[in-house]
Amino acid sequence: MAHIDLKNDLPGIRGLMSYRPETAAPLNLLAEILLRSDNSLSRGDRELIGAYVSWLNNCNFCQMVHSGMAQYYLQCDSDFIQSVKADYDSTSLSPKMKSLLAIAAAVQKGGKSVTEEHIKTARQNEATDMEIHDTVLIAAAFCMFNRYVDGLGTKVPDNPSYFVERAAYTAAQGYADFS
Amino acid sequence: MPHIDFKNDFPGIRSAMAYRPETAEPMGVLAELLLRDDEGMSRADRELIGTYVSHLNDCFYCNYSHGAIACIYLGGDEELVNQVREDFTKAAISEKLKSLLNIARKVQQSGKAVLAEDIADAKTAGASDRDIHDTVLIAAAFCMFNRYVDGLATVTPTDMSSYPKRAMQIVENGYGSHVFKNKQPA
Repeated sequence: MAHIDLKNDLPGIRGLMSYRPETAAPLNLLAEILLRSDNSLSRGDRELIGAYVSWLNNCNFCQMVHSGMAQYYLQCDSDFIQSVKADYDSTSLSPKMKSLLAIAAAVQKGGKSVTEEHIKTARQNEATDMEIHDTVLIAAAFCMFNRYVDGLGTKVPDNPSYFVERAAYTAAQGYADFS
Repeated sequence: MPHIDFKNDFPGIRSAMAYRPETAEPMGVLAELLLRDDEGMSRADRELIGTYVSHLNDCFYCNYSHGAIACIYLGGDEELVNQVREDFTKAAISEKLKSLLNIARKVQQSGKAVLAEDIADAKTAGASDRDIHDTVLIAAAFCMFNRYVDGLATVTPTDMSSYPKRAMQIVENGYGSHVFKNKQPA
């Protein structure tokens, strides 16, 4: 049961967004831009960063949702997503993505944990300034979303197929009018 | 030196926002909604929560920027802002705000650190569901802002007299893209 009376039965962040639609609007717009700007970082890459940070933050709802999204875009199986969380360095991800995940992991600990060395490695792996910017902000945003979802004790669907079924829907609809 | 080339000389979050105005837009709207709302909690209360979380996250720029804004709302009571940073349980603030700062403190650690008893304490002290919601989201949002500011190693002004000037700009005009589109206060 959520810590406050949300006056709805929606799971995770959806229940919070329905409770306070004013703040939901900019939160969704931020997610839309950060997770669906399909430039040099693909939507799959962006969702994978979000899933990884959510996993580090131990936020079950967010990590299930965004793992489902990453899996959908990357057209991989859940074992691959699991292996990224367990040890992304041993996966077939590009060196650039590995260096961006290292930056995301540092951001999850604290902004000051991002070192010159992290940035240098990302650049050697051909990450651009915009990719580094977006990685830091995606990781930082998930440190917000995760705390929002768990800090208010929202409920998590116990049926894992919820997340798989919803991924295709969210991929088609986007986040801007997410509800 | 910042980790990336922002192509501007703005301080703190303003440099990152000017670099990527698309993401700055919703962040400005979020800050405006959460920090400049008068329902249940005052603007000073909301800024104190942001200041305290920034202090816990060791983000100097956000800590002193929002501390300066809170100070203006508090009629210049810098001592109170410092008390909240150092030990809010001893600060001259309401029991309700103390219980909300306790929730913010938990959120800074992790969402799961917020326990049913923290919520019960806040409700006993008179906090509404909306107050609790906004406290959790303000604390969570500062866990984003602080990481954004320090994760990109934005420039932290060392001239402390510049903080009240930028703070007054926010008090007078609110949050939004004007902070990087208009001339910076001298």
